[in-house]
Amino acid sequence: MGNFDRSMSLAGEPPKALNTGQKLAVVTGMIGLGILILQLFNLNLGNTALWLTISIVAIFAGIIWFSQAAYAHKHKGIKNDGVWFKSISSRGVLGWMAGIALTGFYIVLYFYPQYLGLVKDGDNTGLIALFDPLSKGLSGNPASQWFVYGTMYTVAILAFGAKFIWKYRHNKYEQLRTVSVMFFQTAFAFFIPEIMARLNGDLPYYDLKNMWPLNYYNFERYRINGFIDSGSVGMTMLFFGIISIFVISPFLTYKYGKRWYCSWVCGCGGLAETAGDSFRQLSDKSKFAWKVERWVVHSVVVFVTVMTIAVIYSYLGNDTSKYWLTKTMFISGVAVILTAIFSWVMIYKREELAKDAKYGAIGYFTIIAVLIGMHFFSGSGNIFIFKAETLRTTYSFLIGSIFSGVIGTGFYPILGNRVWCRFGCPMAAMLGFQQRLFSKFRITTNGGQCISCGNCSTYCEMGIDVRAYAQKGENIVRSSCVGCGICSAVCPRGVLKLENGPEEGRINSKDVLLGNDVDLMDLVNNK
Amino acid sequence: MDHIVIIGNGISGVTLARHIRKLSDKKITIISAESDYFFSRTALMYIYMGHMKFEHTQPYENWFWKKNRIELVNGFVEKVETDSKKLLLKGGSTISYDKLIIATGSKPNKFGWPGQDLKGVQGLYSKQDLEMLEKNAPNNKVCNRAVIVGGGLIGIEMAEMLRSREIPVTFLVREKSFWNGVLPAGESAMINEHILEHHIDLQLDTNLEKIISDENGRAKAVVTDKGETIECNVVGLTAGVAPNIDFLKDSGIELGRGVKVNRFLETNVKDVYAIGDCAEQHEGIGSRRPIEAVWYTGRMMGEALAQTICGKPREYNPGHWFNSAKFLDVEYQTYGWVFSERSKKDNEHHFHWRHASEKICITVAFDKDSHQFLGINTFGIRMRHEIFDQWLTENKDIDHVMTYLKDANFDPEFFKLYEDEIIAKYNANFNKNISPKKKSWKRIFSIA
Repeated sequence: MGNFDRSMSLAGEPPKALNTGQKLAVVTGMIGLGILILQLFNLNLGNTALWLTISIVAIFAGIIWFSQAAYAHKHKGIKNDGVWFKSISSRGVLGWMAGIALTGFYIVLYFYPQYLGLVKDGDNTGLIALFDPLSKGLSGNPASQWFVYGTMYTVAILAFGAKFIWKYRHNKYEQLRTVSVMFFQTAFAFFIPEIMARLNGDLPYYDLKNMWPLNYYNFERYRINGFIDSGSVGMTMLFFGIISIFVISPFLTYKYGKRWYCSWVCGCGGLAETAGDSFRQLSDKSKFAWKVERWVVHSVVVFVTVMTIAVIYSYLGNDTSKYWLTKTMFISGVAVILTAIFSWVMIYKREELAKDAKYGAIGYFTIIAVLIGMHFFSGSGNIFIFKAETLRTTYSFLIGSIFSGVIGTGFYPILGNRVWCRFGCPMAAMLGFQQRLFSKFRITTNGGQCISCGNCSTYCEMGIDVRAYAQKGENIVRSSCVGCGICSAVCPRGVLKLENGPEEGRINSKDVLLGNDVDLMDLVNNK
Repeated sequence: MDHIVIIGNGISGVTLARHIRKLSDKKITIISAESDYFFSRTALMYIYMGHMKFEHTQPYENWFWKKNRIELVNGFVEKVETDSKKLLLKGGSTISYDKLIIATGSKPNKFGWPGQDLKGVQGLYSKQDLEMLEKNAPNNKVCNRAVIVGGGLIGIEMAEMLRSREIPVTFLVREKSFWNGVLPAGESAMINEHILEHHIDLQLDTNLEKIISDENGRAKAVVTDKGETIECNVVGLTAGVAPNIDFLKDSGIELGRGVKVNRFLETNVKDVYAIGDCAEQHEGIGSRRPIEAVWYTGRMMGEALAQTICGKPREYNPGHWFNSAKFLDVEYQTYGWVFSERSKKDNEHHFHWRHASEKICITVAFDKDSHQFLGINTFGIRMRHEIFDQWLTENKDIDHVMTYLKDANFDPEFFKLYEDEIIAKYNANFNKNISPKKKSWKRIFSIA
């Protein structure tokens, strides 16, 4: 049935057509965006503060107006009419254009900020100059390309967040978690770091909700020195960064699954869930994609672990004069922690891992063990087999820029809104590992009520074939599940529920579903 | 090696094939003229509405069938020769079988209305029906109005589909209130309101007299028994379905409305079985109808017959009745039996609660003497299947259900809960003093 006309005209027919309100809203938003684009060409508009305000207000108003025109006159309920007819949300011409434009923007942002108007020594020009008044008002410093990006990012999460809340106004779970990501983005990623920079210039920029390995740079030398030099505030932040990894995150993931982070707190997740919501259905659900996902994302975990160990190792000393920690203490500590985790999994959770996951764990553990071993044989001049700095710059380029930015967000309209989270994010993989093995979270399947319609799988942004479990009456316990709750929301038969219950019986397997007589069920299940 | 041939690749035939493969090494062939691969029929509406593409309705990837050695044949069986154990396919080819399973599902009912075979008149059951609707009603320029005849589950789905493309819809319902042969009055009334809210022109207590043709043999209007003529471009016939078994007429297989089967799902002919919508029990099981055209029962028959075919004879023995549907924005689930006023027995009493403003309500059926819990209908509140199944098995009384109702809630987290309100009304109605118990994971999972 692939014969639907994928016209890019906005004047198509319902349900793909835009109504008058939506069209005017698009024009309003485009005017706001247009002001920013004009600035790219260094058109001097004069009063920058005023134009920036006009631009942001227009973008905001456009998106809110669009949502109002799309949803206000309709009953509350699922709003997926025409998703696969619309060019933007079905990899049509508009989708590809948006993908190319976003990708281009990210390439310029990461690698050619001078085209945005960044001037190293002197006053900014162009787009970045437009943001100078706002940046100076907050932190006292002129804007950078990252300030421009951060501001636009926050505007996107807030405006599209409002749209999302409107769209899911029948679903409290969706509304609350969206309010949560909007809050964390605005307060933790945007305002607090800027204000902290104003109060204490030595503190490194620190988005407190971003924890390692998502902020892979957190333990680099300049940051550690920055924390230490800033006295008790800095030390508290460093301490917070460490207990986030080892205490706060494991505790919350145990109780609620990784959704506490990925769908309630994280900025990448926040953008994916709000601005990226229109693209969630584009994720690949094939078994092949799942296989690729597991290999790629776990490779990134290994990469970031090795890289971080190497970087920290490279600046630690052989005695305690410079830092409290020495090279040997550090590398032994890492070995102990990794071995402890590995042994625990292999001893207690062996059965819960599918075959290939086990092989993967063994393989990767061996690699890390070998690398650590090399330390003791390669002397202190060179670290591991690569230079730490080479590892760091490679990671930062490949993963930090290309994967998370250019592909992760640029490809929203082509590969779906969680490409980064699914294939690239080492944080998501680590939380997922725990979610799969040591958590109370699951998506419960409601007895035999599934009709295999496929809405859940189609709208799973992480590409999980939810239906494959639901139609067998099995709970969904998958490491990649970010707990967005959309599968449950779009289910027309009330089959799926995200919940935190006892660990026992969380992963269940039934051959015959509820509804047939009990004898038959016993027979088949105990065969 | 036995060659198992299944005619029909719907939920019952495919479930059967999967379970035979789990239990044995037999050769399995599935024949279908409708589609190359299994798809979920219940999801067809979402394709028209643009929620999904056809490929999304296929629960298994295309490699699945080869990997599990289930051979798929795209063909139409014209004749079954049970003596020589042969199937004749359109185009002349033949297929031999050792065991034959008829799982051909249903076709839309037509009751001899004048004009029922005109262009623009159609049912909504198969993939081909959906493709036809895409041609007949691509938008509200080509289709200025559609008339839907028959107030059941397919009718309201078709209305929802057409409304998603802003096509005006007139909905002719024979009954005085929507689906009131199945739903109790309070629920049926609530759905009437919801249909009207969606700007569907609901005409209750109205029958189709005839469909009028234009000069090209296309439907241009319908005439109702109230004497009204309604101009339209599409007429949807959704007055129920009947078993799709015309090709079996002279096969010697005993037919009633469907293919007659015993509790082992065997027909009168050796090695020929029937499952799903097209199978007709000699007598309905419990309160069930002899023909059950429901997704779940099709699946359950497939599960049961796989055992028999693989050498462990098992009766089709369905457990407690359950079902679900969605009426526009309102989800519906039912567990156990709740009968409408039209068909319920004297001993069945109802407790009904409806939200003051939202489209949310429940009806609990119980025995008026023993107070035994008989069943529940729930609209706009999701409930746990396992819990109700257990309560029905244990013959719990309605007081027990009310006391532990919070355990049964299956709505997403943070949803507003209504159990306190429901139980307050129950207490007031029946002069009881029940206080609801807090939700307990222990109870929920000791059951599941």
